[in-house]
Order: sequence, then C-alpha cells, then structure tokens
Amino acid sequence: MNDNRFNPLALVLGFLRPLDPVLMFVLAALLGYAHVLMQSASPERLDSQITHIGIALAGMWVLAWLKPQRLLSMAVPLYLLGVVLLVAVELFGEVSKGAQRWLDLGVARIQPSELMKIAMPLMLAWFFQMREGQTRFIDFILAGALLLVPVGLIVIQPDLGTSLLIAASGLYVIYFAGLSWKLLIPLMVALVIGLGSIVAFGDTLCQPEVDWQVLREYQKQRVCTLLDPTRDPLGKGFHIIQSTIAIGSGGLTGKGWMDGTQTHLAFLPERHTDFIFAVLAEEFGLVGALVLLAVYVLLLLRGFHIAANAPTHAARLLAGAITMIFFTYAFVNMGMVSGILPVVGVPLPFISYGGTALVTLCLGIGILMSIQRSRFADKT
Amino acid sequence: MTEFRAPAAELARFRLRVVVAAVFVLVCFGLLAARFHHLQVKRHDYFLTRAEDNRIALLPVVPHRGTIVDRRGVVLARNYATYTIEITPSQVRNLDATLDELAGLLPLDARDRRRFRKLYEESRNFESVPLRSRLTDEEVARVVSQRYRLPGVDVKARLLRDYPQGSTASHVIGYIGRVTERDVERIEEAGNAANYRGTLHMGKAGLEQSYEHELHGTTGFEQVEVNAGGRAVRALSHTAATPGNDLELTLDIELQKVAEKAFGDRRGALVAIEPSTGGVLALASMPTYDPNLFVDGISTQDWKALNDSPDHPMLHRAIYSTYPPGSTFKPFMALAGLETGKRTAKQAMYDVGYFQFGGHRFMDDKIGGHGMVDLHKSIVVSCNTYYYQLANDLGIEGIAGFMAPFGFGERTGIDLPGEATGVLPSPEWKRNRFKKPEQQRWFAGETISVGIGQGYNAYTPLQLANALAALVNQGKLFRPHVVKYVVDSRTGERRAVEPEPLRQIPLRDAHLKAVLDAMVDVNRTGTGKRAFKGAPYTVGGKTGTAQVFSLRGQRYVEGRVRERLRDHSWFVAYAPAENPRIALAVLVENGGFGAQSAAPIARQVIDYYLLDQRAGAPAAEDEEGAESEEGAESGGDALPASRIVEPALPLEAPPAPVPSRPATPPAAVPAPQPAAARSAR
Repeated sequence: MNDNRFNPLALVLGFLRPLDPVLMFVLAALLGYAHVLMQSASPERLDSQITHIGIALAGMWVLAWLKPQRLLSMAVPLYLLGVVLLVAVELFGEVSKGAQRWLDLGVARIQPSELMKIAMPLMLAWFFQMREGQTRFIDFILAGALLLVPVGLIVIQPDLGTSLLIAASGLYVIYFAGLSWKLLIPLMVALVIGLGSIVAFGDTLCQPEVDWQVLREYQKQRVCTLLDPTRDPLGKGFHIIQSTIAIGSGGLTGKGWMDGTQTHLAFLPERHTDFIFAVLAEEFGLVGALVLLAVYVLLLLRGFHIAANAPTHAARLLAGAITMIFFTYAFVNMGMVSGILPVVGVPLPFISYGGTALVTLCLGIGILMSIQRSRFADKT
Repeated sequence: MTEFRAPAAELARFRLRVVVAAVFVLVCFGLLAARFHHLQVKRHDYFLTRAEDNRIALLPVVPHRGTIVDRRGVVLARNYATYTIEITPSQVRNLDATLDELAGLLPLDARDRRRFRKLYEESRNFESVPLRSRLTDEEVARVVSQRYRLPGVDVKARLLRDYPQGSTASHVIGYIGRVTERDVERIEEAGNAANYRGTLHMGKAGLEQSYEHELHGTTGFEQVEVNAGGRAVRALSHTAATPGNDLELTLDIELQKVAEKAFGDRRGALVAIEPSTGGVLALASMPTYDPNLFVDGISTQDWKALNDSPDHPMLHRAIYSTYPPGSTFKPFMALAGLETGKRTAKQAMYDVGYFQFGGHRFMDDKIGGHGMVDLHKSIVVSCNTYYYQLANDLGIEGIAGFMAPFGFGERTGIDLPGEATGVLPSPEWKRNRFKKPEQQRWFAGETISVGIGQGYNAYTPLQLANALAALVNQGKLFRPHVVKYVVDSRTGERRAVEPEPLRQIPLRDAHLKAVLDAMVDVNRTGTGKRAFKGAPYTVGGKTGTAQVFSLRGQRYVEGRVRERLRDHSWFVAYAPAENPRIALAVLVENGGFGAQSAAPIARQVIDYYLLDQRAGAPAAEDEEGAESEEGAESGGDALPASRIVEPALPLEAPPAPVPSRPATPPAAVPAPQPAAARSAR
C-alpha cells in the first residue's frame, strides 16, 4: 500500500489519505457556513475562529492517522484522567457564571468536562469490547456505573447541558451494545410520560415556592421558562422570545445576509455562540435552515455507514455513539433556539463560535475517519 | 482479529440498531423542520411584525419624590406636574432636522438646545431626553397635533420640584439638579443603577442630598409594546413605583423667616436648637439663594451671579464657615476653671486693664480695667483679663481637654452634607496642622488668646449653638438633627429620628448654676441688656466679637473692604432660663460688637419663638397660612427690641445678587399632592 518514493504529490496524497472525502466535504460545508455567519454575527471574532479551525483540524488529522485500537488503548487512562480532573475542578476549580467548570493549570485553563465527551464513549466502547460475545446484564449495570461517576461530577458543578450530553454519549454506547429492548422501551415511555406531565402541570410546578429537589433553581427556571417564555420576558425568557422572533421573521428565504434586524439591533443574545442558529434562520430563512439540516443529515448518515461497516465491535460502538453525539448537539441546540427544548447551553456543532467545542467535535470526526480507514487496513 | 469472534447475528443486531437510530434521527430532524416551517412560513407574518416593531420596551416609572414639610406641616419642597417635550434619540433619524422642525412649533432658545445636546450625549439611546419643560397648553396642543411627522418626539407629563418658600431656608432644604455623568458613576458604584433608570433629578445640596435615599423612592416598571414609530401602543404590565418617603422637620419655617428677616442684608448665620432633643429649630445662613433656580438646570447667568457674588450666597455659613467664638467662649472657660478646681465662683482678681505675659501686654477692652472681678462679673461684663489669667492657669491642654466633649473642633454629625470640623487648638493640633518644625511648636502666649475665644479657635455657628445647648441641658450633648420624622410613603408610618445623645458631660450643678446665672445677668445688667430690655422671660446669653485678620484672598472691591475688615459679631442665648426651650448662636459677619448687631437678632427670634407662637396658635398648613403669618410679622417689628435694629431694613428684600425666582409657569398647574396632604394633618 505504501508506494510513495519521495514524490511530492504522493507525499501530499499520503498526507491526505486518512481523511474521509465525504466527511471532509461535510466539514468544509459546515465550517464555511459558520464563517459566513460569523461575518454577520460577530465579525471581530473571525480571526480567532480561523485559529480554532486550524487547531481543530490538526487534532482531527492526528486521530485520523491513529488506528482505532491505539485509540481504544488510551480509553482507560483518558477516562481516569478525566475523572481526576473533574474531582480537581470540584476542589480547586474556578467559578465562572456561577458554576465551577474551569481548572487553571498555569499555562492554560481547561474544562475537564470537555475531555470527558471523548473519553466517555471511548471508555465504554473499550469496556464492551472486553466483554464481547459474553455480554451479560451485569455488564450493563457496570457500564452504567462507569457512566454515572463523571456525569454526577459534572451535574454538581453545576452544568446541566454538558452532563446531559455526556450521559447521552454513554447511553448511546450502551444502546448500540445491545441493551434489551424490553428495558429500553419502558425507559423511553417513562421519559415521555415524565416530560409530558411536566408540560401538563407546568404552571403548578413552576410556582416559586415549589422546590424541585433534583434540579437546581436555575435549571428549574430554564424548564419553566421553556414552558411559558412570557413568564419572564425581560430576563430568562428573553433569549427564547427573541430567537423565535428572529427565526420566524426570517421567513422562507430570509432577510438577506447581514440584514437580520434581530441580529444587528442586538436583540439576539449570545448570537455568535449558542444562538447562532437564529442568525442563520433570520438571514437565510427556511431554505438556509433546511440546507443546514441536510448537511447534518449527510454527516450523520456517513457516520452510521462507517459504524455499520466498522471492523470491530468496539469501533462500531464508538462510531455509532459519536454519530449520535453529533446528532444530539445539533438537535438540542436547534430545538432550544427554536423554542421546543429548554435552554441548556449546547453549541450548534461546527457552527457556534468557541474553540473547545470545535476541537472536541473535530476529534470525534477524526475518530470516525480512523475507524473508516481501519476498514481498508484490515482488509489488506 | 475480533471480527472473527463476533457472530454474524451480533453484527446484524447492531446494524438493526443503527437503522433504528437513523430513523430516530430523521424523525427528530423532521420535527425540527416542521417547527421551522411553523415559525418561518405559517407564523411568519406575526413574527415579522414582532421583529419590526419589535420590542417590548421596558419603561421606568419614576417615583414621586418625597415632600419636605416643617415641624408644623408647612410645605418646603413638593412636586408639581408639568408638560415636557422629550426626544428618544434611538427613534430619531435626523436630530437636527427634528429640532429645527420643533423650533417652528414652539420657542426653543439656544440655551434649551445646548442643554439638550449635553443631556443627549450623556443619555442612553433608548431613554427619552427632555428638551424643554413647562410647556403651555397651546404649545402642547401644537406639538401633539404634529407628532405624527416627528418620530421619537413625545410630550410627557413630568413632575418637577418646587420650593414654595423660595429662598427661605434654602441652605437647609437644598435643591435637586440633573443627574450628571459623575452622579451616574456614583449611583452605579452604589449598585442603585436600576432604581435610577429614568430618574432625571437627584438631591444636590442640603436635605435633598443627605436624605436622597429616603426621598427618591423605588422606581417602578412598565412594559409596553411599541409600534414601528417607536410609540407605546399598549401597556402589557405595570409595576407601580413606590413614592419616596416624606420628611417632617424639626425646623420651624416661620421662626426661620423671622431669623432671616432680622438679618436684613447682612451676612451671617443663626442656629437655634431645642436643647432637650437636639432638634434644629432654625438654621439660617445669610444671604440665601433661590433653590428653584436649580431645579431644571441653572442658567449660566444665574450661576455666575451666585458664584461671583462677594457675599457668597451658596456658602452654608451655619455649618461650613468657621469663626473664632470670641467672648462667647468665656462661659465655657469659666466652667472649665470651676470644674478643674483652678477657680471658685467667689474667687476674685483685680483687673488693671491688661495681663502681662512675657514681654507682651494682653489688653482688656476697657481701658483701666474692670477693677475687682469674680467669675460672675467676668461673664457679665466680659472681662478679658480674668480669662487671660485663667487660660494661663489651665494651660492649653487643660482648655482643649475640657472643651472637646462639648463638640468643639469636631463635626456635630448633623443630618446635612458638608459640615466643617472647626479647630479646637491644642499643641497636638498644631503639630498636625503645620509642616515646618518652627511652626509646629505651641507657644504659651498663644494659650492666652485662646482663653478669650480668639487665636486659632475656629468653630461653626452650629458647633457653638450645640455646645450651648449641651451647657444649658446639664451637659447632655445631642447630635443635632433637622429631620424629626421620616414618613413612610406606603404605610404612613412616622419613623422618628430619635434624639441621639452623643455624651453626658459630667458637670457639677453648682458650677453650672454659677455660670448660667451669670449668663442671665448678661442680659439683665451686662453687655446684652440693651437688646433684651423689657423681655417678659428670663434669658441667658453672651456677646462675642471675633477678630477678622485678613481678607483671605478676597477680590478688592472699593467701598466693601472697610466693612469686611470689621469684626464679626456673635451672640449666644437661651431661654427661658429656668427651663430652656431654645438655645441659639447668632453670627453677623463684620457686625462689630456682639451686643450691637447679633444680640437684637437673637432677641427677635426668641421673642417670636416664646411669645408669638403661643400654645394653641393654629399651625400653618399651607401657603395661605404662611402668608397670613407674614402679615402678622409687622406686629413683631413693633416689639421694643426691633427698634435697635438698623431702621432702614427693607422688608422681605431678597439679597441683592440673587435674582428672584421666576413666576410660576402658566402651564404648571400644581397637581394634587397626595403626599403633602397626608403629612399635613
């Protein structure tokens, strides 16, 4: 397979070889879209956005070169490191916006929960590979325990959005590993009934004197605001009201690039980060939103394809879980911005401004590419 | 490799799960697409409208500022409604064109425009900026009828502050002024920014400043939906403002008027205190100014006139200017002699007309001296030599140690801003005051002048009055206060500003009696007898004369200078002597001897307080009441004491440099004043 003889062209091709063309196309489309949107939403951040993209692509490339087995061999150390860092955050972390999320290592501030987004599915994939062919019910309990430790640590930071994402990433692995439908279906039903009853009895539950025990006050506020944004139109409901106005006023084809009044009159909060989808929908309309959905669908289908054709059990689980994580990011973000899900602080994948999230997501792409490449490697 | 161990069944099961996941993903994205369709196509028109006239605007509802009334309910500061024309900058496309357009509808002078520019630069974009207030009905009608052509222009009813007493007690009441950028910074630092949204005015002097937190109230909020032109279409919700609390003062505005009138056009200060509570009955600083000038931004000419006047009308002499107390210090010195055991009441000395100390002769006022002088006589005739000797015996440390508890050289803590500390001289003070070592040394000769209230001694009239109040109140020193009650605007509850005893000075009754008896005789047979001739009550007092040393960098004005070099005239008094209800200090700048100009003022004030204002006399409830009281004052003039006052005093003449306040604007119909009505019970 390795036939390059100091040929520059071959060198470049060899350099690019691990990169999956479909995923590269999707990535280019999304990052290009993001760049166009940033020019409208927050032009002063364009330069640092380029820097983030450079770092993220480099990380992606490195992972794409590695073999899936090498990645899986790092699962346990990464997972343990993540847990240790999360404990450290709890003990020495910096408080920002009322939550402890950052750890200052002197050279850089890091957010250990971000590391966990990669380490968690890796760890569980590794775990189920160990139990492959002899998976029993007790293994699912153990996997659940492995999942709960970091999720619990992130919940107490408190960071509801991230803990939900990480919990989801673990659950996806468990799902793909074959947790019985008999268990899954009642779980889903219970979830649906629970959410349904919250919606139905929202008014009673959202009285200020009602204490929700499990969720913190700000989380309760978010859910209550979602149920009835007019409850607090100037405070917490403001985001949702303004973003739905932005989306709705965009119409079929949008108000045109740089012409979104909601965006440019500063009515949209956090318009370059979590609410960038509202900028898109306002300026490019339903057409622009559907284009984005189509690109995401392409990304997800490619991910599922890679998962279905992955050579090993672990690689399958990993690829399936990562694909579902991309979906979760996209769905939760667009759902919250358009007002059908609570505001939980999840970025729009590959579009929202922010280096950490972009690096994490591109590392996920890198893993998918690595798995895709290993298929060929193993066949030779 | 692992895939050989994985049974085909397991792979198939995994692929099924992938398919299920993919279906789930597509369903979810379908949901999103449906949601987008719902928002962007079905409800597009609604959201487009919402976006275009967007904005649920949040408008602050400015609270009514609390009113200020005197101890009998006479209104000293209140609000009245007026129409103002205001511009919201964010809704105006071309500001200059709009202003020109408005100038065609109603008179706008250069001053209005300048002021607007200044406010506009300081304002936040979405808040309206007042252009002109006090519109006439006709002007309102003209602007309203043309409003459709002028986006961002609004006619609003605003409450303006009014001081119905004009320049009377202006230093006490103070005034409000526009909130400046620096005020905003201070407000933000204090974390009150939300409560001052929409507030245009705040207290800048006097009680308006020191009780700002009580008077301001809590700002309410109104949520309004605005149309494309930026005008409020309908209110969505309304959180009412909580009006500021009202103040009821210890001050008696009629007494204050008597005092201010008694000064005529002379400069000076008068402080009258109720000894048993520390409540301030009158606090005059002459000349005064008209606080109404400041309410809507003072004009440059008015400000220049006030600032450049050689009489310094803005200066609050009663609490900020310090003067040597002169002989009014002697009763305190005498008490110091008794309390420290350096003197007994009986002990007498022979006054030869001077006191020889080192190489210097300290002279008495009376050439040849007063002869045999004991403590009683020393006060009655105001014998300097007695006190030269006494000061020397007490030493400066002894004097300072005895005087400090009376509050000399220390802020009294009155509830007004800008109080001066004064100087109670001591070697320690001198060390801190001067930099050069040769200046820092205390000379024994300096002690001698301190003994007669000259030298480095420098106190505010308030300090002197409060020290006297403590003296006649068996040594109980209060924190003087002007506000008696803070009336809660919601509950109507009257929170009393409790008389706050600062300390009890231990004094022997016999000593106190010796001094106070002598003070009564001052007005019977001594230096104050002319002023208090025929008074139907017993009154203690003491004259004083403070030497003026230099012009202190004053501008040279021909004809004024000679007068400005004259001594300041002091008089302190309390009455009735048996059970003092009023203690006061009067200072007349460059008034010469205390007996000559300050004592007659004290006489008029005490006469009014103890005689005219008889028990059962109806309290003045409103302005009409106040005016009828003024009419009665001609009777006060007929009292024997007033004949001693220079006869050519113009009645009610405002101090020359202060222009009289503008006539009540035609459009300004005083709104019903719920707050005022409540407190006038």
